[in-house]
Formats: sequence, C-alpha cells, structure tokens
Amino acid sequence: MIKNMFNRKRKYATITNQTELDDIPQGVMVKCPSCRKIYYRKEIEKNFFTCPGCSYHHQMKASERIELVLDHGTFIEWDHELVSENPLDFPEYLEKLKKDQEKTGINEAIVTGKGEINGQPTAVAIMDARFRMGSMGSVVGEKIALAIERAEKENLPFIIFTASGGARMQEGVLSLMQMTKTSVALERFSRNGGLFISYMTNPTTGGVSASFASLGDYNFAEPAALIGFAGRRIIEQTIREKLPDDFQTAEFLFDHGQLDRVIPRPEMKSTLTTLLKLHRDRGDK
Amino acid sequence: MKHVLPFEKPVVELRDKIAELKNFTSDSDVDLSEEIATLERRLARLEKEVYGNMQPWDRVQMARHPERPTTLDYIEYIFQDFLEMHGDRYYGDDEAIVGGIAEFNGRPVTVIGHQRGKDTKENIKRNFGMPHPEGYRKALRLMHQADKFNRPVITFIDTKGAYPGKAAEERGQSEAIAKNLREMAGLTVPVICIVIGEGGSGGALGISVGDRIYMLENSTYSVISPEGAAALLWKDSNLAQKAAETMKITAPDLLELEVIDDVIEEVQGGAHRDIVMQANKIKHVIDSALEDLRQLSDEQLLDERWKKYQRIGAVSSTIES
Ligand SMILES: [Zn+2]
Repeated sequence: MIKNMFNRKRKYATITNQTELDDIPQGVMVKCPSCRKIYYRKEIEKNFFTCPGCSYHHQMKASERIELVLDHGTFIEWDHELVSENPLDFPEYLEKLKKDQEKTGINEAIVTGKGEINGQPTAVAIMDARFRMGSMGSVVGEKIALAIERAEKENLPFIIFTASGGARMQEGVLSLMQMTKTSVALERFSRNGGLFISYMTNPTTGGVSASFASLGDYNFAEPAALIGFAGRRIIEQTIREKLPDDFQTAEFLFDHGQLDRVIPRPEMKSTLTTLLKLHRDRGDK
Repeated sequence: MKHVLPFEKPVVELRDKIAELKNFTSDSDVDLSEEIATLERRLARLEKEVYGNMQPWDRVQMARHPERPTTLDYIEYIFQDFLEMHGDRYYGDDEAIVGGIAEFNGRPVTVIGHQRGKDTKENIKRNFGMPHPEGYRKALRLMHQADKFNRPVITFIDTKGAYPGKAAEERGQSEAIAKNLREMAGLTVPVICIVIGEGGSGGALGISVGDRIYMLENSTYSVISPEGAAALLWKDSNLAQKAAETMKITAPDLLELEVIDDVIEEVQGGAHRDIVMQANKIKHVIDSALEDLRQLSDEQLLDERWKKYQRIGAVSSTIES
C-alpha cells in the first residue's frame, strides 16, 4: 500500500539533519516551571527528567525518551525518511515544517522503531511535542501504521508514547483520517493477538486522544499530563461554567476510570519490563 | 421558500417575479404568457448557473440549511419497517444519535445516524446533533448486533462534532470515539457511510468507518469548522469563508483528496427541495454498493477495508527508491 502511495505522489525533499537543540532552557541551571526552584540541569536529567523537588515531569525529546526507556544501543529507527507533503497547498506549511525539522533534528512529530526493554524486544513509537506541537498529519499516521505492521510481522509488542495537540490543521481532513488509519491498523493487530500499550504524556488531546492513544490493551499516563478530547476553553464557553483545575489531568481520567495506571517516570521502565514479561508467553489458561 | 441563502437570492427573486406575473395575469385579461415563458427560460438558465457554480462557502451554508433533511427524514423514504432501538446499556440514551433495524429492498439492515433538530425545541432534545459518549456506545452496540445477525450497517453522518462538555469528558468521549473507529474496522458485514450534512471532525468519524464512504454534493467533512479554523489560523472567525476554501472540506474536495468513494448528486437547489427524489438517489447508491460488497468473503471485506484506510494520506520519502 505504501508503495502505491508513493507512486501516486512522488516528490522528494532534502532534509539536512541538524544537531538537536535543547528544549529545557539552555545552560547549566534550570528553573522548574512548577515549584520555581532552580536546579542543575544534570540533576534533573539524572532524576528521569523530573524535578528533584516537586517531581514535575519536564517535557522530553523523543531521543531522550528512547534513552530512558530502551536498553542503551538497542534502538533501530524505522521510516526516518518519511516527510510531509502539502496536500492542501497550505500557505507557509512547508516552511514551518522545515523550521521545526531544523529546530528538533527530526523529520516529523514522531520517531518509530524497535529496541529492547531490559532485554525484551519491542516496537515503539515516541511522539515529540516540540515538532508542530506533536500534531498528527499524514506522516505521523503513516509511521504509526507502518510500525504496527512491522510489529505484527516481527511478532513484537507495540508501545506508543503520545504527546500531541491533536490533528494537524494544515493537512485538513487528511489529518482527521489518520485517526481512522491508525485505529484500523490497531484493529488488525489486536485481532491477531498483538499487545499494544498506550503511554500518554503531556499533552494528549483531540484526535490523538480520540484514536490510538485510547486504544491500548493497557492505557497508562504520566502524572499531571493533560489528556482530553475537547479543549478546556471550548468546553467552558459551551457549558458557561468554570472547570476545576484538575480537569483533564491524568489523575482526573484515572478517577473516572479511563486509565489503568498513572505511572511516574522513574517507574516507567520497570513497570513496562514487568508487563512485557507477563506477556512474553501467550497465556496458557 | 422559507429560508434563502445569500448566493441563491437572484434565483429566488426571479422566481418570485414570475409567480407575481402569473398571479397578475390570472386576475386580469392581459396576456403575458410570452413574457412569462421568456422569464422561465431565463430562470432555468440562472438556476443552472447559480447551482452549478457553488463555491465552498455556499455548500457550507447548504449543508447547514435549516430545512435540510435529517437522518430520520431519509430513513422514512429509504427503508421500510424502521424500528428504533435505544440506550447504550451503560449510562443512558443519547438522542443525538438514532439507530435501529429496518428493511432495505427486502433485506434486514442496521441503520444509524446523527440526528439534529429542525427547530429549537427539537434541537435541545437532540443536543443539536452533538453526541455524548453514550451515543457512540449505543451505535457500537447496534453495530455489534448487526455483525451477530449478519446484516449490513448503513450510517448517516450529520454533526457539527462530538459535544464538548464536562460530562462528555468524564464519561470518556475520546475512548468512545476511538473504540468505534477500531471496532468498525473489524465488522464482518458491509458498512456504508453517507455524509448528508456536516461531517464535523472526530464526532463525525465516530460512526463513519466503512467499506464505502459517500458524501452528498453539498455536504462537508472537516477536521475543524470553517469558523474554528479561521479563529485558529488567522485569529478571526469572520474569515470563515476563506477557511472553507483553504481547508478543502466540500464533497468534490474530498473526492479529489481520495478520502471518499463518490459524491451523491443533489437535487438542483439542494436536497431539501425534493426529499423523495434525493432519497431515491441515495437508495440507488446504497443498493449498488451492497450488491458489490455482498460478493466479498469476510476476509476480503476486512482486508479491503484495511487497505482502503492505509492508502489515505500524502507522504513523501527523502530517499530515492
Ligand atoms: Zn519543581
């Protein structure tokens, strides 16, 4: 299918891979946006990118997440070469993509591939909110669908770390259709017994929340992550009522039965290790 | 004609004038039949011109026309013996989505659709056609039932979107929609989806995963409303008209983007002008789609559906292959 698609619209772009820029403010010291105390950057990194004082979960790049969750040196990236087109001829879209590619050093808002978690092989997809707010366009959908297909072929579990503001406006209805594309791919994966784990990080909203992010055999989230379908402001305007502060947080979802667990980052790898181990052999009744 | 859209004003004015003349001649002995005939020819030309050159914004307005037929209107003319079923079995019955079983050309089918109202009272009852999670869960329950009893599913899409409310979030709006997307992909019966009005984002998607997706000529399908897009992109919701063009949300646009299978032609002047004729056009399309899909085995059906969706998108590679 993918080949057909390329035949249909074959265009090539050249992307220069720039060195990644840091998102936690440059420099040795970092001010925590939550408790406002100042810490050494290294201290935060060593503390699983969480605040040593208040355990605020800092935003992570995809590459940092890979380092944190996968065994060092085991990651093999898939489909790095896929880039967006401009299907609606949307003004300045390609320029914006290029800027984000230069800023982040990645081609799109998601990195996919396979690696090992304490020796257990798994397919992974990690969204990166620095790229177009992690929004889902054709490439994000395509990379997820391809990763699911590969996971199925190689008999691997599939873990996704979401971080996305939802569908990407600039690709219009094609973005919307990526919700379906990814969900249809997951249906087949699930029907064939594949294990899918959704790990929601801040933020996971709109079309991503209303598709693959909510479809895990296990749905997890990081503490305080914003997760929801409609935007807070739109809801407040619609119901003419102020919403509670914790509305649409991971804890709010947990309280309403939408999540299996809220897992702080320091426990992420060990929890996933146990879960994968329990699925290594198909249950034998 | 109760409700006139701005772009069709010249047509309506001319039509009114002809009616006026006819009225006049019937009360007097002046013979204006030649003049009237000329005007009627002109009207026919004008109608063709105006309705044949509808701009995206004109179609948006037509899709929102207060008299535009709703799901229940079409059900009456397309199916026989419709029996509505209610409730999601978990929380309640969402009247923004209707569903049930009926007969189509002598065979049982399951029919589901968004339901908006045509006046304020009905709109309040229907929550303006904007579903809560229980609406999607009711729809899914009926679809699983269709799967069990081996009857095709036909859905009508007509919503501004899933309801953005506090309770909807608490009860898992995201999960309800997401689950429908996945489960619809796995139904081993033919699924035909028809956008009859507005196809608003995830709320529309939640009942529109199928083997054939059709749109009425003057319906729209979008990731965000033109007003929302304008506010987001240019910080000005008055630019909705421009956004309607930029975002490519009309039926012809979606056919070109290869998202839908076909456009269902509308009665000249819009579906509301002749619902019987419009229903017949839809019926014909459903009939021939079902004929095709009946030939497929369960496995072929699922495989074709999977392929259909894996194809959608615009992606390039930086590597020459
Ligand atoms: Zn802190």
